Amino acid sequence: MIYKRALVAVLFSAAAILLCAQEPQIPPTNPPAEPPPGAANGPKPGPAAKPPNAGQQPTQQGAAAGAQNRTSAIGNFLAIGAPPDPAAVERGEKLFVANCAFCHGTNAKGGATGPDLVRSVLVLHDEGTGKDIGPVILNGRPAKGMPKFDFTEAQIKDIAAFLRSRNQAAANRMDYKILNINTGDPKAGEAYFNAHCANCHSATGDLAHIASKDDAPTLQNKFLYPLEHHYPGMPGPPPDPRTEKTVTVTLPSGESFSGKLDHIDDFSVAMTDSSGEYHSWLLDGATGVRVEIHDPLKAHEELLKQYTDADMHNVLAYLETLK
Amino acid sequence: MRFNRFLSAFGFVMLCPVLFGQGLDPGKLLKPPTDTWPTYNGDYSGQRFSPLKQINAENVGDLGLAWVYHADSGPGASPFANQIKSTPLEVDGVLYFTLPDHAWAVDARTGRELWHFKWESQGGIHIGNRGVGIYGNWVFFETPDDHLVSLEKNTGKLRWSVEIADVKQEYFSTPAPLVVGNHVVVGVGGDSLDVPGYLEARDPETGQVQWRFNTEPKPGEPGSETWPNKNAMAHGGGMTWMPGTYDPQMNLLFWGTGNPNPVHAGQGRKGDDLWTCSIVALNADTGKLVWWFQPSPHDTHDYDAVQTPVIFNADFDGKPRKLLAQGSRNGYFFLLDRTTGKDLVTEPFIPLNWSKGIDSRGEPIPSAAKEPKTDGTLVSPASGGATNWPPPSFDPETGLFYLSTSYSYSVFYLTDTDENAEGYAGRDAGVWSQSALKAIDYQTGKIRWSHVYPGEGGSLSGLLTTAGKLLFSGDPSHNLIAFDPASGKILWHVGLASGVSNGPMTYELDGRQYLVVGAGDMLYAFTLPHA
Repeated sequence: MIYKRALVAVLFSAAAILLCAQEPQIPPTNPPAEPPPGAANGPKPGPAAKPPNAGQQPTQQGAAAGAQNRTSAIGNFLAIGAPPDPAAVERGEKLFVANCAFCHGTNAKGGATGPDLVRSVLVLHDEGTGKDIGPVILNGRPAKGMPKFDFTEAQIKDIAAFLRSRNQAAANRMDYKILNINTGDPKAGEAYFNAHCANCHSATGDLAHIASKDDAPTLQNKFLYPLEHHYPGMPGPPPDPRTEKTVTVTLPSGESFSGKLDHIDDFSVAMTDSSGEYHSWLLDGATGVRVEIHDPLKAHEELLKQYTDADMHNVLAYLETLK
Repeated sequence: MRFNRFLSAFGFVMLCPVLFGQGLDPGKLLKPPTDTWPTYNGDYSGQRFSPLKQINAENVGDLGLAWVYHADSGPGASPFANQIKSTPLEVDGVLYFTLPDHAWAVDARTGRELWHFKWESQGGIHIGNRGVGIYGNWVFFETPDDHLVSLEKNTGKLRWSVEIADVKQEYFSTPAPLVVGNHVVVGVGGDSLDVPGYLEARDPETGQVQWRFNTEPKPGEPGSETWPNKNAMAHGGGMTWMPGTYDPQMNLLFWGTGNPNPVHAGQGRKGDDLWTCSIVALNADTGKLVWWFQPSPHDTHDYDAVQTPVIFNADFDGKPRKLLAQGSRNGYFFLLDRTTGKDLVTEPFIPLNWSKGIDSRGEPIPSAAKEPKTDGTLVSPASGGATNWPPPSFDPETGLFYLSTSYSYSVFYLTDTDENAEGYAGRDAGVWSQSALKAIDYQTGKIRWSHVYPGEGGSLSGLLTTAGKLLFSGDPSHNLIAFDPASGKILWHVGLASGVSNGPMTYELDGRQYLVVGAGDMLYAFTLPHA
């Protein structure tokens, strides 16, 4: 009865209302400090705009267009602004390292005698134009011991571009390079694998050469819980069929349907059978529909609640041997 | 012409008192919300409990759609920016709500648009906006580029705007301003480049600063002993990105503050990092700190403590007490005595592993082993937290505190090992999450009932309880659900076009009770058919 009423309300409300939601359930309610979950599955190859920087690896070339789109979408979200011209950044970095790094550090984070320029209010207001930092470079700050530098306008703009790239690199958390995570003991990892994973997986079968397929952070995320989250509207790979939940729905008549689970909530279940036919049922006491879900990732969920960090590092170290 | 001028001046003088008479009666802010929902949480308490009961457990099955309003912010909105996260205010039959850069007034009876104001943005992160504050005939809201904008309530016309933070330093602003007396209390956000947080009271007439509370002390001040040096303090974060609550008798504001910065790197800011991840009690007229409690000392997991500090008077240990409760993002429920800030209950509401216990003050002790590491630490809850900004509810009739929760794991990576780490200095990779609605006994912190949503996903909904013995929430599958607050039994639901994205609210006009929720860029109003 309640369901009929609800259904009427649904039909009444709007044509666009759908009973089943098939996109990944990614929270639309992200707090400001939470990165978009779609971006949280390991490092993303950066766009060419990543600044040259002593502490960072060179930009990976040949990044998939999807990853580039995603990175730029996230850059837009973070409101970091357009990246400066990479050639200007490179010229600016050379000038900076040769002339400014002694006091401000090669990465502009500051040194013993010069302040941090990455989070400098003056530099942030300059926005890579040279208009704010130009007068400081040309006149120096004699009271604070900064000499003047006789740079051309073009050189100042190049330095401004370099500093802008440093501001953006610090602010763009989605592009931070994850450092070495292959720190575990592969032998211990193999023992853990044999005890907990070998029921479903094999180093010479489904996981053969697994370490050649993904970088370490991606592999770590995949073995912890192999579900690709990606943001609605953002590109991502199709789901791995091995991770898909299946469902058997039994009607009061005894008739039963099995297939890929499309959706389940407190009120309905939806599935696609092997012929590609879509089915859905309302769930309540009156309909007497019985639902059994098989979740191939249940074991991953259970392990997640048991791993020590050492287990995690060891399993990764073992998987990394499967080149 | 002269006559016209005279007439305008005359009209102005004559109209002023009349217009003001039509403005929000400040007395409404001191009462439980019935015909008016005059502030983000409905009243100052943050309980989000409505005394209305026309819609109740007996007839909720008859609830039907009254109207739908599509908040069209135009082309180019990011997927984050077109979620209604604001709770509409309802004053004299009009609803006022926002999206980032946008404010609307719609007829609360019909959903008809009265006005739509668009702010021309200079940038900033467009992740959400919690809504407006109203003082007399004026509406106030904050923008992603850190302006406090004041509009004429009846026309949506811009009165003035003032800058409250510097967008070029990566500040962005999301809270709904809280109007207390003649103070418009505004908070700020922004974690990208390690800027210090603060809370300000602004003059409703001019927008000028009346007082400012800094979430970090200056060197030598009390609290500075919880930071290693001046530089760490100056870049310490602690954003005030959610509205707080207010006790008119005590004249105290209660505000939650955000995580310290750099977000994931604790090595350069050893110590508790006050007043980040804290609940602070401030004198509403001076901004002076009266007491503080820190849900997450030395946070490195992005566990903001900005969740509503809900205030209520109730028994504890058999005695009537002035209480404050928070379901915190770090997974702990806290009950405090709000006269002193003394902790009465600290109890986790999900399985968590970042803390190794509770100290003598009732504050969790962070586990150094679970701080972000270069090779990763597997931590519950994930950075999104065991709960987040979606508002909780306290039902004085059941004595239960309701919370949308997420049991979740992230791997936290430290990416900058430098003593002077900058920006976030780390990343986290979300692994898994499961959403549940929980009812917590405020006196013990124990879970009275829990409803785990069967679908996957970590989305959280704001909550509302009513004297009609109803608890309203969204689920992760786009349903709006009415629960029995005592048992957790589902009484009614309806599928919406997207998930509930704000805190549901309710009001009564002309003897008819309305329930209003935001879901994506749609506002839905429900009512009974023959009320």
